Amino acid sequence: MKAPAIRNWFGKKAVDASPPIEAAALRSDRFRLEREGDWMRLEAIVKRMESGRLRGLSDEDVLALPALYRTAASSLAVARETSLDSAAMAYLESLVQRAWFQVYGPRQGFFGWLRGFLGGGLSRSVREIWLDICIALAAMIAGTLTGWLLVSRDQEWFYALVPTQFLDARVPGASREALLETLAVEDSAAGLSTFAASLFSNNAGVSILAFALGFAFGVPSVMLLVHNMAVLGAMWWLYSEAGLTYEFAAWLSVHGTTEIFAILLAGAAGIHIGRSMAFPGARSIISAAAQSGRRAAQVMVGVIFMLILAAVLEAFPRQLLGTTERFTIGMAMLALWMGYFFAFRRQPINGDPA
Amino acid sequence: MNKPASNPFQAATDRRRRIVVTPEGIALPFVIGSRSSRAGALIIDFLIIIVAIVVVSLLLRWVFGGMIGRMDDSGTLGGAAEFIFIAYIIFLFLARYAYFLAFEMGPRGATPGKRLVGLRVAARDGGRLTAEAVIARNLLRDIEIFLPLVFLFTAPGGEGGPAGIAALAWFLVFMLFAIFNRDAMRAGDLVAGTWVVEAPRKTLAAALSTRGAGRKGSSEITGAEYKFGEDELAVYGEYELQTLERVLRDGKPEAVAAVAETICRKIGWNPGKGDERAFLEAFYTQLRARLEGGMRLGKRKANKFS
Repeated sequence: MKAPAIRNWFGKKAVDASPPIEAAALRSDRFRLEREGDWMRLEAIVKRMESGRLRGLSDEDVLALPALYRTAASSLAVARETSLDSAAMAYLESLVQRAWFQVYGPRQGFFGWLRGFLGGGLSRSVREIWLDICIALAAMIAGTLTGWLLVSRDQEWFYALVPTQFLDARVPGASREALLETLAVEDSAAGLSTFAASLFSNNAGVSILAFALGFAFGVPSVMLLVHNMAVLGAMWWLYSEAGLTYEFAAWLSVHGTTEIFAILLAGAAGIHIGRSMAFPGARSIISAAAQSGRRAAQVMVGVIFMLILAAVLEAFPRQLLGTTERFTIGMAMLALWMGYFFAFRRQPINGDPA
Repeated sequence: MNKPASNPFQAATDRRRRIVVTPEGIALPFVIGSRSSRAGALIIDFLIIIVAIVVVSLLLRWVFGGMIGRMDDSGTLGGAAEFIFIAYIIFLFLARYAYFLAFEMGPRGATPGKRLVGLRVAARDGGRLTAEAVIARNLLRDIEIFLPLVFLFTAPGGEGGPAGIAALAWFLVFMLFAIFNRDAMRAGDLVAGTWVVEAPRKTLAAALSTRGAGRKGSSEITGAEYKFGEDELAVYGEYELQTLERVLRDGKPEAVAAVAETICRKIGWNPGKGDERAFLEAFYTQLRARLEGGMRLGKRKANKFS
């Protein structure tokens, strides 16, 4: 006879014109009939807000929302003590819940959030995890040095460290010319944008992993950073042996200052979560994890933006420009990021520290 | 009597019930979404994503297939084909991450899958659900679901060696995390400070004491007066009242007849055939009046045994 799930999607009103209040034999039903008009109005407003059609809401409805919500909530409190009508109670509980989600829903739209995020929210979060950035930086420097030292002692390490897809001309014992060739300037941009898009997809995956692994008290994040940077260290040794240190640094820095910075931040965000779970201080572990998780998530959105930019830099300027221009762009990007994250300060407008 | 033996189900729901106190001090009950319905929601979401990817891929192939086919001759992609390829890679990335983010940041706080099974995401502390929280809980989905699955398929084959099996065990911890905590939180929920709760959308059913025998205590068909004594009403409690309410609202004639017969036997009435609904409406209203009267005086009777 009734199919509640389907009716909820397509049905409009379940209750026909409500009977006069005096018709109810029970006191609790009279209480309910007196108020159900307000409940219906609240439900209509909430339904409209849930479907995102805010424009259809009149000013009066918007103004009435908090009052209607409080009325419904207090009706619920009274009904719990005086009424045994379980259908009405279930309705009220779900109504108050839905209204609560709307009253306390995110006030700002996506663009509002983006403005707050770029205009201070991101750099504040980055500054707040400065200690973790230092830890991640130490891990990365240690990783680079390890890679360098291992390979300079025993060249077999090079093959163990460097993933096979990089092993083309870039192997120990390669000639200077062959190595210089790998740093060469491409003469046309054809195919490079595809390269950029797939690079981004790959790098974003790695940094999301570095972040997500922070959940295990940050240890895997550090390991991931050390391992990735050991590859870099090995490569660096290879080029410096051939006397190409400067060219290699320029080739790397054009996008690397952005990309490695982003991976640094992603690792630091992971470490931040892990550290606050291992040492929650006076807070409970759960609330410490939640607090740091939200801050770290903000950093991660910044990381994604940085990686998009890094992929574009990697595909075009790196492959098309000469050594000096590469170096200039790389250093300029580094200065830009440092300035944005650490020098750019603005007071939060709505006083809502994350 | 076909009173449903709803105790196990009821108990499970009670165990998942949590009270959140809102900033203005109103205690709101929430029911944590069950793990099975969350798994169902996830499967629906993945199906939507996979179908979208397949449809877009086929569509691109169908529309631009000729253009990409020409790549083999010249060796490089043409500008237009390259643009399409980039758009496709970005689309894949968005399908994986942005789908969950965009829907959970919306006013419903739920992906289409969650909405279908009646769930939504909420902040655990009773505050508002922020964009950061949604981002955090969705980024962790990677290590919770994708990585264990990848290792689950590769580890038994021995491709990863002992390290692969160790990694499988390690990532299974994340996958199983949700099973072993009271609030059914994923690791992502823990980090983001969120949980997934049931979001029922109920419509208001009509008041029962406004019509028929519930209102006047007498049948409209036979005119018979139903008036119950104190000791006749005293045999039942709130649980039985709510069962009776359900029977009346469902309105199945055979259930109504069976319940009426049971009540008559219990209180020693001689049931007359054909007027069961009026009898039950009158009994319901008077039982509720008695129990609610008791409530106002602070006396509650949970069920027939108390």
